[in-house]
Amino acid sequence: MKPAPFDYLRAGTVQEAQAALAAEGEGARVIAGGQSLVAMLNMRLARPTLLVDVMHVAGGAEIRVERGQLVVPFAVRQAALLNRRDLLSEVPLLAAALPWVGHVQTRARGTVCGSVAHADPSAEIALALVALDGRVHLRGRGARRLPAAEFFTGMMQTAARPDEMIEAVSFPLSQEGTGHAFNEVGIRHGDFAIVSVAAIATGDRLRLAIGGVNDTPLVRDWSSLDERQVDDALNDLAWSLDARNDLHATARYRRDLVRRLGRKTIKEARQCAA
Amino acid sequence: MAFDTKTADVEERIEDGALLSGSAQFIDDLPFAVGTLHAAILRAPHAHASIVSIDSSRARALPGVAAVIDGTALAKVSEPLMVGVKIPIKCWPMAVDRARYVGEPVVVVLAEDRYVAEDALDLIEVNYTPLPPVIDPEAALDMNAYVLHEELENNLGSERTFRYGDPESAREAAPRCIAVKVRYPRNSCTPMETYGVLAEYDPHGTGYDIQANFQGPFSIHPVIARALKVPGSKLRLRTPPNSGGSFGVKQGVFPYIVLMAACARIAARPVKWIEDRLEHLTASVSATNRVVELQAAVEPDGRVTALFWDQIEDVGAYLRAPEPATLYRMHGNLCGAYDIANLSVRNRIVMTNKTPTGLNRGFGGPQIYYALERLMQRIAQELELDPLDVIRRNLISSFPYRTASGTTYDSGDYVRAFDVALNDGRYGELLSRRDLARAAGRIYGIGLTAAVEPSVSNMGYLSTALTPAQRAKSGPKNGAHAAATISLDPVGSVTVQIDSVPQGQGHQTVAAKLVSGVLGLRSKDVRVVAEFDTAKDAWSIAAGNYSSRFAASTLSAVQLAADRLRHRLARIAAGQLNGRPEDIVFAGGRVHLNGNPEASISFARIASASHWAPGTLPDDMDPVVRETAIWSPEELAAPTGEDGINSSLCHSFIFDFCGVEIDAVSGQVRVDRYVTMHDCGRVLHAGMVEGQIRGAFAQAIGASLFEEFAYGPDGAFLAGTFADYPVPTVLEIPTLDILHIETPSPLTLTGAKGVGEGNCMSTPVCVANAVADALAPKCGAVDLVLPLTPARIAEFLDAEPAAPEGYQPAAPTTGKGLTGRGRAKVSASPQAIWDLLMDPEQLAAIIPGAHGVTQPSEDRFSADVTLGVGPVKGRYKIDVALSELDPPSSALLTGRAAGALGMGEGTGHVSLTVLPDGGTEIAYEYEARVGGKVASVGGRLLDGAARIVIGQFFTALGRRAGGQRSLFARLFVWIGDGK
Amino acid sequence: MRRLIADQTHSISLKLNGKPVHAEAEPRMLLSDFIRHVLGAKGTHVGCEHGVCGACTVRMDDGLARSCLTLAVQADGAEIETVEHLAPAPGSLSVLQNSFRRHHALQCGFCTAGILMSLDTLLHDHPEAGETEIRDALAGHLCRCTGYEPIVTAAMEAAKILQKERLNA
Repeated sequence: MKPAPFDYLRAGTVQEAQAALAAEGEGARVIAGGQSLVAMLNMRLARPTLLVDVMHVAGGAEIRVERGQLVVPFAVRQAALLNRRDLLSEVPLLAAALPWVGHVQTRARGTVCGSVAHADPSAEIALALVALDGRVHLRGRGARRLPAAEFFTGMMQTAARPDEMIEAVSFPLSQEGTGHAFNEVGIRHGDFAIVSVAAIATGDRLRLAIGGVNDTPLVRDWSSLDERQVDDALNDLAWSLDARNDLHATARYRRDLVRRLGRKTIKEARQCAA
Repeated sequence: MAFDTKTADVEERIEDGALLSGSAQFIDDLPFAVGTLHAAILRAPHAHASIVSIDSSRARALPGVAAVIDGTALAKVSEPLMVGVKIPIKCWPMAVDRARYVGEPVVVVLAEDRYVAEDALDLIEVNYTPLPPVIDPEAALDMNAYVLHEELENNLGSERTFRYGDPESAREAAPRCIAVKVRYPRNSCTPMETYGVLAEYDPHGTGYDIQANFQGPFSIHPVIARALKVPGSKLRLRTPPNSGGSFGVKQGVFPYIVLMAACARIAARPVKWIEDRLEHLTASVSATNRVVELQAAVEPDGRVTALFWDQIEDVGAYLRAPEPATLYRMHGNLCGAYDIANLSVRNRIVMTNKTPTGLNRGFGGPQIYYALERLMQRIAQELELDPLDVIRRNLISSFPYRTASGTTYDSGDYVRAFDVALNDGRYGELLSRRDLARAAGRIYGIGLTAAVEPSVSNMGYLSTALTPAQRAKSGPKNGAHAAATISLDPVGSVTVQIDSVPQGQGHQTVAAKLVSGVLGLRSKDVRVVAEFDTAKDAWSIAAGNYSSRFAASTLSAVQLAADRLRHRLARIAAGQLNGRPEDIVFAGGRVHLNGNPEASISFARIASASHWAPGTLPDDMDPVVRETAIWSPEELAAPTGEDGINSSLCHSFIFDFCGVEIDAVSGQVRVDRYVTMHDCGRVLHAGMVEGQIRGAFAQAIGASLFEEFAYGPDGAFLAGTFADYPVPTVLEIPTLDILHIETPSPLTLTGAKGVGEGNCMSTPVCVANAVADALAPKCGAVDLVLPLTPARIAEFLDAEPAAPEGYQPAAPTTGKGLTGRGRAKVSASPQAIWDLLMDPEQLAAIIPGAHGVTQPSEDRFSADVTLGVGPVKGRYKIDVALSELDPPSSALLTGRAAGALGMGEGTGHVSLTVLPDGGTEIAYEYEARVGGKVASVGGRLLDGAARIVIGQFFTALGRRAGGQRSLFARLFVWIGDGK
Repeated sequence: MRRLIADQTHSISLKLNGKPVHAEAEPRMLLSDFIRHVLGAKGTHVGCEHGVCGACTVRMDDGLARSCLTLAVQADGAEIETVEHLAPAPGSLSVLQNSFRRHHALQCGFCTAGILMSLDTLLHDHPEAGETEIRDALAGHLCRCTGYEPIVTAAMEAAKILQKERLNA
């Protein structure tokens, strides 16, 4: 399966990349790690007229801590973030979720921002970003930052305009006394999540984020949720989701996973907080 | 002269150096002539459709494209492929007039490279009229089912019944009759290397010269020759030095050999085609899916006195070669490992709109044992007996054994294997483990399976499908030759040509070891050639690597050739050493007389004597330059007048047991322990036998838990990538304990039997039995369908907690396809929206990229549009019709879309309700089906995509009717519960 | 940087197995096809062209890459290493390759090159890698012949041998 023809531009600066996107319009796409994009190109599912390669832009790969956020620019590979020495203390939810993203070989090339831009409904990084109320930094003519929940607008659809690229994503640094946990069930390890769950527990408050069921990550918050209420709450949540049948899972099985995986993940997050 | 198995064990493979260093050549690595064209195939996106017209003018005009060939052009230089039973259907390697399975070739493009060829595919417009797809085999037999082939009255390709012993009386006399009905799914062993063909045609004399990673059997050679309308001598078929796995699958490359060869002839240029993975999963070949009702007449102690088989075999769209081999290969083994004399069989072969089937590892075995071993467990459950006792009581205990349907089991000791397995495999511990797990509230079960693995097929077994009268007319077919040639060159080097065409099974290493042992040489001094060339090698129709024939059959021919050669060389040596041939010893690369090792001559000198000094040979001897031996077991006779057939020469025995647990959180099946006992006759190379067992086991785990060639109800093929056809990785394969006993075969020269297919036959049902046992305490006896995905198992576990009050499902639950509903509020009156709906120009214009709107009739319109989600966008031709009009309140929209990425069709019911503020609420409910490439590679996202695309239409409708008020677009609700 | 136009070939310079090479490719040409058919290094195989099977895995700069998911133009200026680079000299094999041979860690060999690159990279970058890391690296590959266990055994033995060599050095 070979791609349809396209032009290729290796950008030297963010400005150059953005200008190319603006000039080309809908036909341009940013190529970073290419792990999602090239697969689609090979199958001719996507037919951009221009690929703008941003991996050689200076400074694109330097993760930094800034005003309580871990800022991950556009050229940071998933492996680089996973192997970051302080990740476990800075953003523990990412440390828990990243090993579930593909395989060693795809994390070596795939980028964090690339996964966010692709907006697959099962993507772990998107789930973590939404669960943590992270931000997506977009660069078009100007710059804007969108909360993650506003950025993901649908299945493989984002609020990014055709002339915008993701300049970075930022994750709030973990607070003292907050517990995080992540779990996922897929067909095989490394496959798309059938259901993924992230839980964040702070004191009595609990946040649960569910991926793989709806078109975008779904978040539910409880100001308090004690042990006796957990099962009912998870059952309500499971039924409220748009669970569907597909080749690999039934709606019922997805709901089962939300209930069981949810319970397990909540427990782990609370243990972690304690 | 005896084969030394001890040193063979540690022998490293000759093949490995080239494979490990990257220098080994596979089909895509072979050099090819300048001017060779590269092929790409346009394939049918529909499961069933008439091909109305093909417009390839734009494709032909593309620079770099040399030829565009369709079925009509193909038919001019070829004939249909042979059909295995005498029915008048036509099977071409490319669709002519009608496409009958998703992925069936429709047009071939030949271009300067594959990239350009695929560009040209995008420019070809094929006009299809879809026909009703027939997918389910039982539905295919229904009186009202649409018939795939106009030459036939129905979809039944063949029906035969067989009767051995007196099954009816046994059933009468039996106190119990116990039955199961099973459905076996489609899957394939999908080798990592796909098909490849390099074809050339010389019109002036030599005819076709083809290289392909074909695995045999070479009984297909005459099939190809006939299809290409040439005598066999004008079809040179060669195989590359290496093949990246086959497992039966690369027998199925032959229709593509015919296709590409014919294209080479039409284009008058050489052609190269390398299949890609989407093609391979969709339309290479598949194992058959089968519906089986199996009934046993049973004594109170579990002994089975008669078996009644009723099989519906689904061979896909064409009943073509090699079918009905999947069904009849096992005909002699229908009672498995059990001593049952009374057998009744009804075999029906049906055609459906799916990929035509063929060889696959296990070949018919998985389907048989799934039914038989599920039945044995069911018998134990219903009679409340220990399943071990039920198996043991029925096991064959004396050999050789003749089965009810006429096959001889050459040797075995099933009871000993059984007992050794239970003991050495620590079955008792597994029982305790289950008890402990269950006491702790976990879902744990144990499964058992006994199976007989046949090897070295009798080429006559296929004619069992014909009646005795038909067989008498066409002449007897039988046997299983193997051929081997050993050559000596002018410096005395030894080369062995085997007829096996391996794909990684180490045949060269084992053959070299055997020959070097006979001739007193080192393995590395014997060159074994496994590349095949029908123009130059000694071969028979049985040549190839299939039905695990290598160890038993090919090696017997090698042994025969080596022994004969040794005998003749011994006579030459005896002459030179002044002794008797029987006293000649071959050792250490030299020959000497027994007892006088100092007076020795080098092997090379003896071996080259025929080249340099034929005058020194004994008078009555021809020069010894090469020795060809054909080994032909007499036991493989043609089927008898009573339909008795010795379907295979050798029979290995397998007994497996395993423990599984259903994970409490993920619901996935985890195989906790798996023990497999094999008796494959003499073990020639322990490392390689283990490799075969582990490989088959891993593929069988795939079949048990993960893999299915799934089709939608409308025939869309859903498993087109390795994401949707989940071949297991290392993390999914459980630990395997392998045990052996050896009862050598008296019928082969090596004593070895086949070992390549066993676990494909035994493991899926062993795992299923274990899962059934795990579910039994809660659910009693259950019917299980592979693969045993957690979603399927979930249905057996606790009932789901009820939905909360007021719950409304997101989508209507009726309908077979993708369903959904939505609502929007628009600031326009119902009449304004209605007028929009009725105006095709306006309607088409709200769809992105629409142009070329036409209105064939009042309530219909067509247009070219761009549809898509996110980065996945494509151009489609759409047809929309409006009906059930109730102005301005409701209408039914029926739409169809077709494009390079796939096609869809659906119906949507739209209702317009006036709101108090003068606006309108648009509500819709739809049901849609999607097929083609998007369905094959994006199944997971289809539902969401359909929702988005349909939603985009209504958003745009609302926007146009109500002005560019994005506020209203935001009110669009995808999920119909009013939030 | 200049825009490379679709239907034309453009100059690509990279290092393949330590040697500089220059050749031409269209922007859409996959690195797997470039390595195999333009540069002639056929040891790397193609099994799926959608990044799941791992047969096409190579080393690119400081990490692994699925060459079927990489464009040749992305590799301009990069250092690529393929299976042909593993053997220390013609006719001999590396420690890892020899372990594979000893333990029957290959049968048809089609998936082997990619697996060797993944494991070679693992053992080079993480000499202390144990069974878990080996299985994890191997999980990015599909093999239909071996059932994987002999590959794990071979890799673990190679890890031990390399660790010993390191200590002795």
